[in-house]
Amino acid sequence: MTAPDFDPIVAKYPSGNRDALIPLLQDVQQQCGYLPREAVVRIGQHLQLPASKVYGVATFFNQFRFQPLGRYHFQVCRGTACHVKKSMQTLTALQRALNIKPGQTSRDGLFSLEVVACLGACGLAPVVAVNGEFHAGASPDLVNRLVRTLRKEAKVK
Amino acid sequence: MTHASFPRCCAECWHSPERPCPDLVACLASGPLCHESEACASWRVRRQVELRREAPVRPVIFVGTGTCGLGAGAGRTLAAVRAWVDAGAREADVVEVGCIGLCVEEPLVDVQMPGRPRLSFARVSEKKVGPLLDAIFDGHPLPVEPLGQFRHAGATRWPGVAALDAHPFFALQTRWVLEHCGILDPASLDEYLARGGYTALAKALRTMTPAEVCAQVEQSGLRGRGGGGFPTGTKWSIANKQAADQKYMVCNADEGDPGAFMDRAIMESDPHRVLEGLALAAYAIGASKAYIYTRAEYPLAIQRMNAAIADATAYGLLGANVFDSGFSLDIHVKQGAGAFVCGEETALLASIEGRRGMPRPRPPYPAIAGLFGKPTVINNVETLANVPPIVAKGAAWFASIGTASSKGTKVFALSGNVARTGLVEVAMGTALRRIVFEIGGGIPGDRAYKAVQIGGPSGGCIPTSELDIDIDYESLKSVGAMMGSGGLVVMDDGSCMVDVAKFFMDFIQKESCGKCIPCREGTRRMLEILESLTRSRRSEERFEALERFRAVMNLEQLAGVIKDTSLCGLGQSAPNPVLSTLRWFRGEYEAHVFDRRCPAGACRELLVYEIDPVRCKGCGLCVKQCPSDAIVGALKSPHHIIPERCIACGTCVDVCNLDAVLVH
Repeated sequence: MTAPDFDPIVAKYPSGNRDALIPLLQDVQQQCGYLPREAVVRIGQHLQLPASKVYGVATFFNQFRFQPLGRYHFQVCRGTACHVKKSMQTLTALQRALNIKPGQTSRDGLFSLEVVACLGACGLAPVVAVNGEFHAGASPDLVNRLVRTLRKEAKVK
Repeated sequence: MTHASFPRCCAECWHSPERPCPDLVACLASGPLCHESEACASWRVRRQVELRREAPVRPVIFVGTGTCGLGAGAGRTLAAVRAWVDAGAREADVVEVGCIGLCVEEPLVDVQMPGRPRLSFARVSEKKVGPLLDAIFDGHPLPVEPLGQFRHAGATRWPGVAALDAHPFFALQTRWVLEHCGILDPASLDEYLARGGYTALAKALRTMTPAEVCAQVEQSGLRGRGGGGFPTGTKWSIANKQAADQKYMVCNADEGDPGAFMDRAIMESDPHRVLEGLALAAYAIGASKAYIYTRAEYPLAIQRMNAAIADATAYGLLGANVFDSGFSLDIHVKQGAGAFVCGEETALLASIEGRRGMPRPRPPYPAIAGLFGKPTVINNVETLANVPPIVAKGAAWFASIGTASSKGTKVFALSGNVARTGLVEVAMGTALRRIVFEIGGGIPGDRAYKAVQIGGPSGGCIPTSELDIDIDYESLKSVGAMMGSGGLVVMDDGSCMVDVAKFFMDFIQKESCGKCIPCREGTRRMLEILESLTRSRRSEERFEALERFRAVMNLEQLAGVIKDTSLCGLGQSAPNPVLSTLRWFRGEYEAHVFDRRCPAGACRELLVYEIDPVRCKGCGLCVKQCPSDAIVGALKSPHHIIPERCIACGTCVDVCNLDAVLVH
């Protein structure tokens, strides 16, 4: 794999001020799906910050990841409303179905699992989002079916 | 995406963002003002009527496509509606609207036929679209009962259909902030203008000084809707009085409270209302730069806010020299990166500056030294959405409803175990019981009400005995809860209060930024104590049982220390969920501590598992999944759980397809 080119992203923030740091990290993650090591260094050079500082900011926020995502990225909402509607059982079922823990990506690169604080769709609790698409009332049954469908879909493609 | 261009009546109109017309908003409503022309005047009037959809000539189909609508399948419904219109070559407009707030009935589709009021339909899945629209357009009897019809002067009412505002969900609401949500097209600046949008901004810029705007908001009694409840006008006055070359206005849309989603809904459904409020606040404090700090988890809200900013700038309602008044405003949307603590003012500012989102001690308050060291005011989305009508209609109008110390309305996000979930806007001082049981429709199924959790991780649980309080900032404090951002999560008797406290402690402990020790270490210790209460005795080691008996005492002591010594609001309020559940549900804690049982049956490790020999068909599924090999039995004959080996993880309950595992 050739090293991705971060210059076009960096060029969007010519001022090189520190307040561009988080938007820069977000743009890189948007493009790559995660923050590669090279990007952290490159951004540090641009903003004249040591890579450790960049890394410090990136690890502080929940949004940034340092591992590539799976083709299907599951986000399980663990907000209060979802908790009351038994989202823990949904999460357990998903862990079992995908055989990964939150924050991990499956070895075949198909699935990744993430726990989020709240997706802001509490009226539909419990909620699971797959690649940003919301699934309302996500019971263990529903997510099991979902995983089966996605596995089939992945085989066809 | 193309931006709207300003609607000119004729070549005489000379307004452009570069050469702004001072009477822009008034001219749109009752123009033209700079020249006399019958044709232009009637064109303006016609256009207003058209944009308000008072007498449409073509049928209009509205589809609610907020995030919650999309989650319930509104995207597919919208596609089906579009396909239906194209396939039948029907004369109809399809409009995407925001969220009216009745999340449980999504996807919502409204249809307005010429000469008839707008009809609302609930749970319109893609399959129902065809038959429903066929029936309405061809005048056949409706295949489903509509949710209700809007009130519409001059239109023939649909016979036998109740008014939408008589629906129990809407009847008790006072919709001020949400007045346009789900009604108008959030992507259309024209529609917002046609309903009186930006008149408040025009009024302020043309006839009021910044100090007058501050005074008016101060008199109205508006208090911050994001949590603390600090008087908004007072905050503005402080910033207004600071002398600085640059001031900043920040809209806090980092709605991190799990259980709250009103800010998202307002931004998605009525973005210009937020922009107008933000512009008024910026004018009042003398800021020329504003940020909207929103969560990255809200892509639709970000997209709609960005589009709204671009449209308003293209019209000359934002940008340089608005209405030729000398006031300029640049608004940028900043995406937060996911940290609950960034809801705290100083942490939010640190995050905008590109640093770790950690709070700093106050004073100096941001209104004196905030973003980049300059005076900065931070207001929540709902607070700002309250501002335009206060400026337009006056402080007395706003103060006409509410309680002595809390004026106006409050939007609550009603969720959890309640029949009708959604966004509810009620006057301050409405009884909690009415919100849960009349608007929310009570608890579904045969369960009983247990508590309502208000205010997110900083709030508390309110038991049945306190349900009759009239909601305002002070009354909630008196029962150990707080307004917070207004998330109301209803819990039935299947929810365990110790488990709820543990859930919040787990959340806070993960979200603690780690800067001050009481919060970083204290919340961790509190979580450990709560975990020891819900852990089965089997995994308890020698002295842990002794520690467990002191749990309640330790929790109370720790909570006091964390409250008194934490640096920021997050830490100071972190023990609230534990303290409020301890106050109202002490018996439940004691059952966990002394009897080792969970009365609600929610703490799995404290339960006893057994297999019902009648229901069990001996499929062997649970045997395979059991992590401690506690289940025995031959295939096709009923299995048995060996109690000594069982670690009470609950896996067998989850995997059993026949509900054969009994729990007690």
